Amino acid sequence: MERRTLFDGWFLPVVLVLPQLLLTGFFFLWPAAEAIWYSLTRQDPFGLGSTFVGLDNFADLFADPLYIDSIIRTVVFCAAVSLLSMSIALLLAVFADHEIRGRAIYRTLLIWPYAIAPAVSAVLWLFILNPQVGLLGRWLNAHGVPWDYHINGGQALLMVILASSWKQVSYNFIFFLAGLQSIPRAVTEAARMDGAKGWHRFRTITFPLLAPTSFFLLVVNLVYAAFDTFGTIYALTQGGPGKDTETLVIKVYRDGVINLDLGSSSAQSVVLMVGVIALTAIQFRFMGKRTNA
Amino acid sequence: MSNARTDWLAHAVLGIGVVLFALPVWLVLAGSTQDSGAITRGELSLLPHLDGLAVYSRVLMHGTMGTQPVWHMLMVSGGMALAIACGKIVISILSAYAVVFFRFPLRRTAFWLIFITLMLPVEVRIIPTYSVMSDFGLINSFTGLTVPLIASATATLLFRQVFVAIPDELVEAARMDGAGPLRFLRDILLPVSAANIAALFVILFVYGWNQYLWPLLVATDPGLDTIVIGIVKMIGVETQTDWSAVMATAVLALLPPVAVVVVMQRWFVAGLTEGEK
Amino acid sequence: MKRRTLLAGTAALAAAPAIGRAAEKTKIVWWHAMTAALGEQVNHIAETFNASQDAVELQAIYKGGYADVLTATIAASRAGQAPHLVQIFEVGTGTMLAAGKAVKQTWELAQDTGATIDPNTYIASVRGYYSLPDGRMASMPFNSSTAVMWYSKDAFRKAGLDPDKPPATWPEVIQAAQAIKAKDAAEIPMTSSWLSWIQLEQYSALHDIPFASKADGFEGLDAQLEISSKPHVKHMERLLEMAKDGTFKYTGRDNQPDQLLVSGKAGIHFNSSGMRGDLVKSAKFDWGEAYLPYDPDLIKSPLNSIIGGASLWTMTAPGRTPAEYKAVATFLQFIGKPDNDAYWHQHTGYVPVTLAGFELSDKQGFYAKNPGADLPVRQLTRGTVTNNSKGLRLGRLVEIRNIIYEEMEKAFQGGQTAQQAMDSATARGNKVLRDFEKSVKT
Repeated sequence: MERRTLFDGWFLPVVLVLPQLLLTGFFFLWPAAEAIWYSLTRQDPFGLGSTFVGLDNFADLFADPLYIDSIIRTVVFCAAVSLLSMSIALLLAVFADHEIRGRAIYRTLLIWPYAIAPAVSAVLWLFILNPQVGLLGRWLNAHGVPWDYHINGGQALLMVILASSWKQVSYNFIFFLAGLQSIPRAVTEAARMDGAKGWHRFRTITFPLLAPTSFFLLVVNLVYAAFDTFGTIYALTQGGPGKDTETLVIKVYRDGVINLDLGSSSAQSVVLMVGVIALTAIQFRFMGKRTNA
Repeated sequence: MSNARTDWLAHAVLGIGVVLFALPVWLVLAGSTQDSGAITRGELSLLPHLDGLAVYSRVLMHGTMGTQPVWHMLMVSGGMALAIACGKIVISILSAYAVVFFRFPLRRTAFWLIFITLMLPVEVRIIPTYSVMSDFGLINSFTGLTVPLIASATATLLFRQVFVAIPDELVEAARMDGAGPLRFLRDILLPVSAANIAALFVILFVYGWNQYLWPLLVATDPGLDTIVIGIVKMIGVETQTDWSAVMATAVLALLPPVAVVVVMQRWFVAGLTEGEK
Repeated sequence: MKRRTLLAGTAALAAAPAIGRAAEKTKIVWWHAMTAALGEQVNHIAETFNASQDAVELQAIYKGGYADVLTATIAASRAGQAPHLVQIFEVGTGTMLAAGKAVKQTWELAQDTGATIDPNTYIASVRGYYSLPDGRMASMPFNSSTAVMWYSKDAFRKAGLDPDKPPATWPEVIQAAQAIKAKDAAEIPMTSSWLSWIQLEQYSALHDIPFASKADGFEGLDAQLEISSKPHVKHMERLLEMAKDGTFKYTGRDNQPDQLLVSGKAGIHFNSSGMRGDLVKSAKFDWGEAYLPYDPDLIKSPLNSIIGGASLWTMTAPGRTPAEYKAVATFLQFIGKPDNDAYWHQHTGYVPVTLAGFELSDKQGFYAKNPGADLPVRQLTRGTVTNNSKGLRLGRLVEIRNIIYEEMEKAFQGGQTAQQAMDSATARGNKVLRDFEKSVKT
């Protein structure tokens, strides 16, 4: 359903929307179109010559079992990071919404890590988890736990999931807290009067009311896990050991920026672009429905 | 009755959460005051050495290992983060306003063109973007540093959500009072969405502050080095790293965005709440 | 004295008009990848150069790590905005050689500007890496290091080994590592940085066996990897076996393992010779430097080792003037002068790239004051350079190294044998080489 009350005229709105359209055109659509073109060519790094190869780059990509593994790994990784960071954030938010002493201080202390740069957080984790110089890594090894993510793929994956989730908890916490606060007190009070106990009350009343927030966060977290974890993973494991922590964005970076294989990396970007657009389209449909309902 | 127990549990859970977040940063804070050699050897102590605090004034005024002084890089980062946050907010409000409150030719097309840029990071289109920038002669300028990062749809979408939720009666009432579209925007829409603007400002400021790859590529003049680039520059490859200076710089780099988040947290949370309605 | 004054007078006269048009100094830009202390030394070079003459003004700009510099260079070159000079890591040499008109190779620069740049003044195994098969120099050697074996003399003493007689061959290395392990003289008996560079590339050069066909790629883009040969596989098997009995520990890619030596946790460590500065500054124990070990049943006296590091490439751009190229040539001549080369070597831990720079350092007493600092140069200059010890000329070598890490990590986890790892690395690496070949032939 569309808004009924509108202003007239078309000149003003066009002027208003123009700056954004121009920026989008020059700095997004144009380069994106070039990337799509690159994906259909084979060219040398310096752009001295290029040949049109049709869909060869895509065919090569999907014929490579290692790329398929990478897709599966990325899906697992994204799901794990999203679920872990969202459930921890929800837990913290629920407790921070309680009327307890020092509530405001707790909130501040849980919100501020949002500001930490990914590049910095990766260095932090090295000083904690490295088996030889890291505080926790050394402690584990000294106490009989053979912790070494350099030669243990499972531990490496666990580590990048933990580090990536850690970075995202604050963000989720803020949104969950906001969501909880927008639930009218009357609703929870009424439930309390009806004698609903803590967990039961949460499950039947609070959680359904948080569903829109959760869905929005799920999409944001999936995109975060797919793209913005690059800095963290690259600094910690560079995708290793073997390929055990190589996600799609690590591969794009390696093929595009290090390996300078522009055709293949553009094809990978196009695959990612399609994925993100699909994901956001789903989110958009959902948000659109909800607000128009 | 059971309240005391729940409280106790809440304190425990929140306390653990706080420690988990603070520990790594505390480690850097402590490390910044210690001897670089000890840090390399893995002999980092959890207690800061108070006599090591001099490192802060050293990096602030002089930088380390030939970088710009840290205060200068903080200014560049601050300017860049502000420009990105303000630029994005302004163009997004204008375009969201146009899309929600007007009917004009190609409205849907315009909206979709903006919409598909959502969340697609600069990294995957970096070489084409660079060549576009150089066609405009914007390499190595403050404009080049900021403008391409302003082009994204997140903020537009958020404002669209906020504007769509504004009751029709409000618009109707404003029209009855004879308010034109621009006055409506200024006198009603902006005040109503103040909290959302604040929330977005926080998100965008942090986003702008933490950029790495784009500033590295587009800016060549050391005077345009941001603090994140400065930190990376200080970490030596094949040579000694002045770890205490790196850690002190990391702490200083953390302060401005943390200050923004903490100072604005009240509006931040409220702004997101309203955007969610 | 008098003559000098006279000369100075003439120079001042000649310079006078130049001062009048100071604004017309030719400006050239150099992108580099040197951070921290090395970045300071690069700035020092730029300052000395600018002060040494007044026709050219050089601006040295940090552009990120080696990979970032290459990406930035390519992005800028495609946009017609390339800087005059860029520092490209040795593994990017194959990519740069395929850059056609985007670069001006050093021999061509010398020819066009009339500047004399004599390849023979440069150390053979250094310039070889950056030369065409016929000996013409493609880029200018700059920061070069080679791999050596570092060890803790303290750990050797504790293990009952002679700290002044480091093991020279692999069987001796194994014995030493076992002794260190038996006496618990170091937490990690042996580890290695840069697995591919040191344990495969250097290993091939030392033993005069090919890493790839076509003279390690020098003679054609159609080269194939040859690392699943018997000697290579045997060496990898040795590392795997040592890892199993705890005498060797794999501790990460690239230079991540370095901290283990600096912190005194490793008994034996393989790494770049450039590590000396770190040890001098931070190591709290008695350490030593030794030649890379060899296998006596493969070769009686090992060949020269190969280099790592980076070289300087001259870039072209639309509208670039002969004066600018001339300025670049002037700078390249400047850094090749013995005193500048010696200064760079003594202040950074890289090896001198010219023989004169090495001799001057010796004469200045640098090696007397820093015993062992000449070992890397001696290792680089011993014997005669062969097709197998010139260095590697392979496209996308970074990716090939990465594949080798991946396959060996899988083997260290027990997922496959050394033979399987090397077979798989060869197959995947060859695919990368073919892709590169196709891309530059379009």
